[in-house]
Amino acid sequence: MEKFDGVDYMEIDGLFSEEEILIRDTARKFVQDRLIPIIEKHSREGTFPKDLVPEIAELGFLGANLEGYGCAGLNNVAYGLIMQELERGDSGFRSFVSVQGALCMWPIYAYGNEEQKKKYLPGMAAGKLIGCFGLTEADFGSNPSGMLTNARKDGNSYILNGSKMWITNGGIADLAIVWAKLDGRIRGFIVEKGTPGYSTSDIHGKFSLRASVTSELAFQDCRIPAENLLPNADGLKGPLGCLNQARYGIAWGGIGAAMACYHEALEYAKTRIQFDRPIASFQMVQEKLAWMIREITKGQLLALQVGRLKDQGKAKAHHISMAKMNNVDVGLQCARLGRAILGANGITDEYQCGRHMCNLESVYTYEGTHDIHTLIIGEAITGIAAYK
Amino acid sequence: MNILVFVKQVPDTETRIQIQNGAVDTASVKWVANPYDEFAIEEALRIRERLGAGKVTVLSLGPDRVKEAIKYGLSLGADEGVQVKGEGVALDDPLSVATVLAAAATKAGFDLILAGKQAVDMDHAQTGVMLAELLDVPHVSVVVGLELDPAAKTGSAKREVEGGAETVTFDLPAMITTQKGLNEPRYASLKGIMAVKKKTIAEWTLADLGVDPASVAPAAARLRTLEASPPPPRPAGKLLEGEPAEIAKELVRLLREEAKVI
Repeated sequence: MEKFDGVDYMEIDGLFSEEEILIRDTARKFVQDRLIPIIEKHSREGTFPKDLVPEIAELGFLGANLEGYGCAGLNNVAYGLIMQELERGDSGFRSFVSVQGALCMWPIYAYGNEEQKKKYLPGMAAGKLIGCFGLTEADFGSNPSGMLTNARKDGNSYILNGSKMWITNGGIADLAIVWAKLDGRIRGFIVEKGTPGYSTSDIHGKFSLRASVTSELAFQDCRIPAENLLPNADGLKGPLGCLNQARYGIAWGGIGAAMACYHEALEYAKTRIQFDRPIASFQMVQEKLAWMIREITKGQLLALQVGRLKDQGKAKAHHISMAKMNNVDVGLQCARLGRAILGANGITDEYQCGRHMCNLESVYTYEGTHDIHTLIIGEAITGIAAYK
Repeated sequence: MNILVFVKQVPDTETRIQIQNGAVDTASVKWVANPYDEFAIEEALRIRERLGAGKVTVLSLGPDRVKEAIKYGLSLGADEGVQVKGEGVALDDPLSVATVLAAAATKAGFDLILAGKQAVDMDHAQTGVMLAELLDVPHVSVVVGLELDPAAKTGSAKREVEGGAETVTFDLPAMITTQKGLNEPRYASLKGIMAVKKKTIAEWTLADLGVDPASVAPAAARLRTLEASPPPPRPAGKLLEGEPAEIAKELVRLLREEAKVI
């Protein structure tokens, strides 16, 4: 495969700091050397490349935008660039990093007390403790506030009952951040692996995110110590705060996947000969490639602007929604167009577009579906929530 | 142990080199640290880690853009950086470069100098060994294994030779040029990258080094590039048609009479 040297039609690199470029290049090199050579096999066999976890931890990729507790303390743009590069490799692998950092370390960091932070964050940054995030239930996806999982206080413990579905990292996680209703309010709990009454079962037969573990979590009179309640999250805004962190990373990731597909399709089109000329010389192929680079360029600028806003503390949920929905959609469309340019070759895993395409079908739906994000934008501009 | 690593900034091997007016157009080039120098940086860091003490300084000669290569070295874990200002130096001439670097090494002080066996742009493989001669220290080139005994001030280096390997012993201080296989260079960690801004890059001029600018100027260079030109475009391949036996016959005839290779 042709070496990936970045996609930068509009000299966007000039908008990044030297440090941000160095960080991106480290992630790019890691993905090129360590992830891309093995990802097809993992995806085909449905296994998660767990061997790479200590390596990415050593590099500092886990919870990279958090400060202290063994975390790297990056700004949000540098963090986003890492997500972009990881998803250029594989959405499933990027999902692992997002779940660990944005959905598990972040809530402990933002909603936890000092003891909880000290107990969990250094181990999680070092990749020794893996987290999963339990919000979605089988019957409550886009409408999480209807969740059935509940907690009740019993002496110095909480007792959890219910189940969570479509949980990335579930089966390999050492701890779960579980959202459950306590006296009718959504609260966050830390549940450690091995707690009696807590069990997981992995979901098989996936077309998508095959190199990532997806599981169901079950809680049956699961008794956890009272100190495992996250004290500073109360109500739906607790989990939504986590989702904002993860969605922000996905906005960059979608562009990474789009870049991988564009790059592959472009190189293929330049060398594939039909009618005695490269197919890149045909107008209909150029139209596809031009559409891809046009949308990638816009998506890069969108992600960057949301990142700069986030660094200034000005990013709103509806900003992040637009970046997530747009950039994942661009990724998915680029994967489909790339697959079309690759012709029959595009249906085998010799090429990446098909894997990205299948992966992005999940990304299109998880972390707020494309449609829900559309309605969040609709609410932001009209003041009317269509989903309530 | 005071270790100097000389790093050259070279065009990324993926760069499509453009020629303008008989010279390489550097405006279109993406610059990277010379890959063989990455083995030198890695080895220096490993030596420092093994000894639990010491200092690794990355030096590069050239215009301000070479600071990027120095920062790359710092992000990997080098302690200090030095840019030797390259204005007026014949940067394509190994002896001129070695003369400046030797003066820089003397100013910095060293127990060990490491550099790639060659730079992937000009491929001279000269500068390292010339530098050692100018400094009058032992040198071992194209090294794939290195062991040091700082107390005894000695070391041994492994080189691959036709059909085998040889081990060379030497006294410190010494100059070693590094070859692929010596180690597996690390990635810059986020912590390493974030630490770069806390490290300093000194800037040394020829005057700081006491080098006479005329002696290393292009006019004095022993090696001069007269002209650069792109390789001729590859001619289109020839497709033979017919029965296998006829094709084979024709192929042999062409190889003998036209290509003159058999």
